[in-house]
Amino acid sequence: MADVPAQFFEDETLPLMLTAQTDQVPAAEIPRERLVVVGNGMASLRFLERLTEGSPGRYDVTVVGAEPVAAYNRVLLSSLLGGEVDEAACAFRGLDWYESHGIRLITGAPATQVDRENALVVVGETHVLPFDKLVLAVGSVPIRLPKPGMDLPGIITFRDLADVSAIRKAAVEHAKAIVIGGGLLGLEAAVGLARLGVNTTLLHVMDRLMERQLDHSAATLVRRAMEARGVKVLLKADTDRVEGDGRVERLILADGTVLPADLVVMSVGVRPNLALAQGAGLETGRGIKVDDRMTTSDPRIFALGECAEHRGMVYGLVEPAYEHAETLSRHLSGQEARYSGTALSTSLKVSGLPVFSAGVVDTPETAEAIVMSDPGAGLYRKLLIERDRLIGAVFVGDIGEQARCKTLIRTGEPVGDQIDDLMFGRPATAADPLAETLAA
Amino acid sequence: MTVHVPEPKVSSQAAAVRTTCPYCGVGCGVIATPDGTGGAGIAGDTAHPANFGRLCSKGSALGETLGLENRLLHPHVDGVRASWESALGTVAGAFRRTAEKHGPDAIAFYLSGQLLTEDYYVANKLAKGFIGTPHVDTNSRLCMSSAVAAHRRAFGSDTVPGCYEDLDEADVIVLVGSNTAWCHPILFRRMVDARTARGTRLIVVDPRRTETAEEADLFLGLRPGTDSALFSGLLVHLDRVGACDARFVADHTSGYDGALERARAIAPTPAATAAATGLSEADVSAFFDLFAGTKRVVTAFSQGANQSAQGTDKGNAIINCHLATGRIGQPGAGPFSLTGQPNAMGGREVGGLANMLAAHMHFAPEEVDKVRRFWNAPNLITGEGMKAVALFDAIARGKIKALWVMGTNPLVSMPQADVIKDALKGLDLLVVSEVMADSDTASATAKKTVLLPALAWGEKDGTVTNSERRITRQRRFLKAPGEARPDWAVLADVGRRLGHGAAFGFTSAAAVFRQHAALSAFENNGTRDFDIGALADIGDAAYETNLPVQWPLTKRGGTKARLFSDGRFFTFDKRARFVAVQAPALAQATSETMPFVLNTGRVRDHWHTMTRTGKSQRLSAHRPVPFVQVHPRDATAANLAEGGLARVSTAHGAAELEVIVTEAVAPGTLFMPMHWNDSNASMARVGALVRGVPDPLSGQPELKATPAAIAAASYRSRGFLLSRDPVTTPAGWWWARAAIGGGSGLQFATREGSREAMLLMRGLFQGLELAEYADHARGRYRCAVYDGERLVACLALGPEAGRPDWEAAKALFAGAVPGAAERRALLSGRAATAGAGPVVCACHGVGLDVITAAITGGAGSVEAVGAACKAGTNCGSCIPEIRKLLPEALARDAA
Repeated sequence: MADVPAQFFEDETLPLMLTAQTDQVPAAEIPRERLVVVGNGMASLRFLERLTEGSPGRYDVTVVGAEPVAAYNRVLLSSLLGGEVDEAACAFRGLDWYESHGIRLITGAPATQVDRENALVVVGETHVLPFDKLVLAVGSVPIRLPKPGMDLPGIITFRDLADVSAIRKAAVEHAKAIVIGGGLLGLEAAVGLARLGVNTTLLHVMDRLMERQLDHSAATLVRRAMEARGVKVLLKADTDRVEGDGRVERLILADGTVLPADLVVMSVGVRPNLALAQGAGLETGRGIKVDDRMTTSDPRIFALGECAEHRGMVYGLVEPAYEHAETLSRHLSGQEARYSGTALSTSLKVSGLPVFSAGVVDTPETAEAIVMSDPGAGLYRKLLIERDRLIGAVFVGDIGEQARCKTLIRTGEPVGDQIDDLMFGRPATAADPLAETLAA
Repeated sequence: MTVHVPEPKVSSQAAAVRTTCPYCGVGCGVIATPDGTGGAGIAGDTAHPANFGRLCSKGSALGETLGLENRLLHPHVDGVRASWESALGTVAGAFRRTAEKHGPDAIAFYLSGQLLTEDYYVANKLAKGFIGTPHVDTNSRLCMSSAVAAHRRAFGSDTVPGCYEDLDEADVIVLVGSNTAWCHPILFRRMVDARTARGTRLIVVDPRRTETAEEADLFLGLRPGTDSALFSGLLVHLDRVGACDARFVADHTSGYDGALERARAIAPTPAATAAATGLSEADVSAFFDLFAGTKRVVTAFSQGANQSAQGTDKGNAIINCHLATGRIGQPGAGPFSLTGQPNAMGGREVGGLANMLAAHMHFAPEEVDKVRRFWNAPNLITGEGMKAVALFDAIARGKIKALWVMGTNPLVSMPQADVIKDALKGLDLLVVSEVMADSDTASATAKKTVLLPALAWGEKDGTVTNSERRITRQRRFLKAPGEARPDWAVLADVGRRLGHGAAFGFTSAAAVFRQHAALSAFENNGTRDFDIGALADIGDAAYETNLPVQWPLTKRGGTKARLFSDGRFFTFDKRARFVAVQAPALAQATSETMPFVLNTGRVRDHWHTMTRTGKSQRLSAHRPVPFVQVHPRDATAANLAEGGLARVSTAHGAAELEVIVTEAVAPGTLFMPMHWNDSNASMARVGALVRGVPDPLSGQPELKATPAAIAAASYRSRGFLLSRDPVTTPAGWWWARAAIGGGSGLQFATREGSREAMLLMRGLFQGLELAEYADHARGRYRCAVYDGERLVACLALGPEAGRPDWEAAKALFAGAVPGAAERRALLSGRAATAGAGPVVCACHGVGLDVITAAITGGAGSVEAVGAACKAGTNCGSCIPEIRKLLPEALARDAA
């Protein structure tokens, strides 16, 4: 991920930014603005890091987070669930880091109100934080299906450290677990559970897994990989209700199938956390609306990460959130910065099976698909080319050329004769006579 | 895979069997060691005087050709399996009826230089003595009948005067119309050894710069069909410079003056010779001087001279020069016909050709009388029958009603083969004695068609004679598969069914051989060259063990390595004849619409119509597809690209072949190989293209100079398909099939695209897992089919210009279970590991890239390359190719 922001700014704004930096007025000579950041997730932390690098000491920064710990690596939650890593491995920055950078961090403190008139953030009964500038990095909240029984104990969402510890507690030996949702997070949760020795069934309402990122062929490979890892996968599985006597005992599908369950993990998606913004009267759509500088309808207030809606897009992934953070940190450092959206891409590993998806997934009529598929080897690659431009890529099994694909999709530069390299990697060695022949 | 039923083991150690290679006329000794599972280890016989242990690429790979795939194992009548009783009853009945209704001469036999002498003998005896038809001809007609006719005109007998030792002892060897390096590799090794040992100089006369020519000290790339002019010019030159042996000419020959006068009319001077042949005067003079100034000269000639409408004259033009100088029957000197087939000589000995009777006897009344008495034959013929071309014409005209084809594939090899294919349909009876169930000829049908399963090499037992008159045993070391029987036994059975029990009571091959030997000596008394009377009483045990021997071998124990050393020939006056030859002219002139001269010939690693060598993946690797060689100038003019496809057409037919652009062929000439046929290529039968104007004397058809046109054949896609079992391509595809490691390889071209190929594969391999790569926009598709982890098929298709190379895929296919990188390579067309490149050395399976790497790694000579990677160290037939790589690779390294 670290290379992504660098790529993002790989354009003509770079020299401008450098100029701005050298003209910068020393921070200590002017009264410090008060910057309040609500939320302490991954986007928030990346923003703080970049801001303190770009304008050390310029702002008087206060961060409030709802979770009881400082920002951690949410991406590793499934690994944590599966016992592949421990909690320490998920940590990013210690409390000393915040302290040494002059950042006041308040954890376990869900902000309850933004008072724009008085430029205050209210944190329950405990804190009232005045701001000159406010960054909303409040993320999203997991969706619970609006079906009967969804409030029974034993139904857990999969979003934070607390969820992980709840799931692990319920995932005793021989337990029957059902994961609802065949998106990225659902798959990871299911694999994590299976790894714990839990009898795991994954339900997905669509006819293929990860339909937003994968086409049918790729999804079939992923499904095969899931099954190889002990997860039972049911597609077109529409949950009707959950039943149990004081606790989840079974899940009933719309077609009447009854699935016994000791634990149900709900992973059917998230929605931006809009409560604060709406309460403050900020303009919202699916998320908190921001412009190319991550500014909300109130020029003092900014939003980034999963809660932000930019040009109609709400992103649920780390990469765009980091790009938001980069953009906003530059902007607040007085530098030229402009965010124009992220070419959506997904790279993940389903318990060791790498999957990559970027751009368009299903082949439009105007494009040509180039496909390599070796189901027996767990390999799949599809490139979508439109007028010699790469507009989409889906890889399973080996995502070696993903960075190049992302760049091509983002820049729209002609693909030319790179197709073989994108498809198969670069030829073995230059000394290889056959490779030479083929390249010639 | 089907294999021979193992022989019941007598001892735990399978005994090695001495036998003879079934390919060319060199007749190399082979030691076959049955492996007990239907195969055999193959080694050269160090004790055999033809090869002293050496084997060429084809001989070395004999072990790979023993499988029973597609073998004909049972008799069939009209496509239905039948008993021998019923099949031979059908044959005998139809013969009887045909003879009664149309006369015995409505029956014909078309035999083969692949038959053993014993088979040949019984066929000849049955036809000419008992059925009473003179129409017995053989594929030797296509091979060396012009040499036979030339021998008989000059010597009064069909005698090869010299022996292989002459090649060791010559100071100059002139090769005329012979790509010896590829077609008689073991003899070529002897020539090259002689060059090393005694400085023998090699002169190659050939319109094509063959691999043999590459090794020559002097290459004379003359215009097609002008050999007689070259040797006429030589005769004039020999006379002029006093190089002739006046005494020999005076004492032992006649006709010198007439021949010389004619030669002067054709090529009076070196300049005129140069003009007539298209050679430079300097080259012509160099050749003349070398020939004139060297006593020990062998002029070896082969199909390039023979397969011509003037083939007999070409032979005599050569022989004239040897008679004029007395260089005949002397150590290291003489004209030498190199025969193409393993037993062409044996066929000539029994008289299995339409213009012979038997045992080097012809149709003089006393000869006919001798044979009639010897055989006690009721229906002995008294005159010549029809030679091959005329014979098949007669079939087309309905003159022949019943035909028995044995051991040959005329639907591929005969000129105008398509016409013949149609003609066969009109026969009342077609009998085909065959080894392969799917050969083009075995697939032909007549009103009644009888297929008889024959024995293949390793199963049959008898004798063959090589180019130096050496009779060697082909021995059985495998059990007869299915119901296959020896041809001689089948023929004798039919003879008995026709009421000739006494004449056909043979119980063994040895018994047949004894009778053959006795006939050769019958009232001979030195009047006939062929006399093996010493073997007329050979016991079964001695027949098993005693051969090889060289004929003549008379009852009194006389044998000779060389004939005519005493100056006595087999004409009535014991004098050899000079022959006044015709001025050279091609039988068919090129025209505006047919501007090219189409030459034909062999490739290094295939034999005839590939029914045997086609089984070997090693032999199929060297030239996997049928091709046409085109000079760069002509290629440019016709817009032909190396590796592209071209349609070669003549007035008689067409073929579609892969283009090789090379200066080996002269401008205005094309070369295509003779091997491919309908069972291994879509459209590549040379027989369909050539007119085959026969030589008026020998009846041998012109196969090497047919007017032709060439044009690019455009297809949308090219590709290959490798499969464990052969796959049939859709109609309309161009294809060529070759054996590959682990299965069958198909190269194809199609007017369809990647989508159709994808549908094809999905249809062909339903139920199996397909790994695919599809780029329809660029017309590319690759597919690997797996049964579990086992690779069972793989296809690659691309646009014609970027046709996929199959070497890497072939290497992967040879191993059954590819690893991850290899699976990827099958789809990418990129090598997982460094490949060996196209095969150069078939014996050791060494590829071009390996050899180039050895050279780059410092191997600076053929010997060093051999030491580094073994290439060229067995048969040596790839040495010319290796040599060609040497300066190129070194130059590249230096650059």
